[in-house]
Amino acid sequence: MLLAITVSYLLGKAALIGAIVAVSLGLAMYSTWAERKVAAIMQDRVGPQRAGPFGLFQPLADGLKLFMKEEIIPNFANKFLFVLAPGLAMVCALMSSAVIMWAPDYTMADGTVYPFQVADINVGILFVFGIVSLGVYGIMIGGWASNNKYSVMGSMRAASQAISYELPMGLSLLALLMVTGDTSMRTIVQQQDSFLHMNVWKQPLAFIIYLVCAFAELNRAPFDMAECESELVGGYHTEYSSMKLGFFLFSEYINMFISSVIMACLFFGGYHYPGMDWVQAHAPQWVFVATCILATISKGIAFILFIIFVRWTLPRFRYDQLMNLGWKSLIPLALLNLLITCAVILKFFN
Amino acid sequence: MELLTNRAQIVERKPMTFAERIYLPGILKGLSITLGHIFTKRATYSYPKVKRQFSSTFRGLHILNRDEEGRERCTACGLCALACPAEAISMESAERTKGEEHLYREEKYAAKYEINMLRCIFCGLCEEACPKDAIYLTQTFAPSAFKRETFIYKKEDLVLPLDPAKQIAK
Repeated sequence: MLLAITVSYLLGKAALIGAIVAVSLGLAMYSTWAERKVAAIMQDRVGPQRAGPFGLFQPLADGLKLFMKEEIIPNFANKFLFVLAPGLAMVCALMSSAVIMWAPDYTMADGTVYPFQVADINVGILFVFGIVSLGVYGIMIGGWASNNKYSVMGSMRAASQAISYELPMGLSLLALLMVTGDTSMRTIVQQQDSFLHMNVWKQPLAFIIYLVCAFAELNRAPFDMAECESELVGGYHTEYSSMKLGFFLFSEYINMFISSVIMACLFFGGYHYPGMDWVQAHAPQWVFVATCILATISKGIAFILFIIFVRWTLPRFRYDQLMNLGWKSLIPLALLNLLITCAVILKFFN
Repeated sequence: MELLTNRAQIVERKPMTFAERIYLPGILKGLSITLGHIFTKRATYSYPKVKRQFSSTFRGLHILNRDEEGRERCTACGLCALACPAEAISMESAERTKGEEHLYREEKYAAKYEINMLRCIFCGLCEEACPKDAIYLTQTFAPSAFKRETFIYKKEDLVLPLDPAKQIAK
């Protein structure tokens, strides 16, 4: 059964992938709108309001502007890598969505099961990890190919930041995996079938460490070492213009959405929501699945809003402060968490 | 060192405490402050639709006043140009001829009167200098334009338009 690939199977997967990409792009677009609105609200302004009701067409206008802009490739840039980098950033951003479990399986009339997960691989979390680590290549290559010292410095900082924060992130997830006993996203989501069974209650410290590291992996303020607008002009994308710049910025927002959903899946029960058993019993199956998808996405949106909210609250870290926090605080803390988890599991659940 | 004022504050540079070093309490405090701003009043005016109320002492564009009978008060004495620190005002005088008594109040009047609004600093010294109560600063400001020449306001831009009722009577 494992390799029973039929046309309908391929079509189903293609439809799901298409839907996920479309939803990710749409949400990333409106994240830029939300970013500006939230920033405005925090600063007692009103934000975009002229393009459509509440400025809702602003992302369209921004996208159109990016497409229309002149495309500049510096004379001494490595042209192949310069063009490759934004695409790489985008692909990496979209790829980690493959293992997300969006909703419970849908059983069709003829008994075939349609899973709302592109690939149920048994090392789901490790896959996410691998892709997230690859994400920094887009930034590295972009900075290197630009042939600009600010770009190179930005990408070097991004790389060292990514390496420093992947360690505590991995360690915090290790503690989570000891609790769940499985690395498959499907199992992890299915285990958290009620409010009290959410992993965040079992591993609060791991969640906080993971959250901090997620900010760093997303290159978002307060950890915006890749861009450093106040020091390095625009960081790794200083030389980029037009839609290539747009791809870099867009991939950041897509990353934000995907990692928000992954956080929701790992720690906040994925598609589970209060009262879902009643809905399952009383509503048609497609309604149940649709509400589950909505639950996943709205948990993701809540995280996106939180990430934006933090960006407009906290000042950015200096480079040395960033390294101090990563190596001297988060890694020991994650190790301590791991140790405590080990001890508790050995003592009570063995 | 002797402190010259009582406003100086001594900054203590103690090493951070544990609570400060884990950042979380500080972060939560910051988040609560920004969260509070959801409920504060917006400072924005949707400008072309909603216009801000200026203060009663606001000094804007100039106007050349007329007397009760609709005659121009300005006699082109040049005191406003002399008082102007930005040298924004220039004028040429002319003598009133017979039959122009209903247009100009005294025997001398300003044939040309120009204010360069890009030079003007809107200090209001011209208003103070004027012995004839002819020039006043209003509550409006110069609209934006693409050409510098548009900001040199001619006499016809500055003189108070005649009362429509009086125009008909004339």
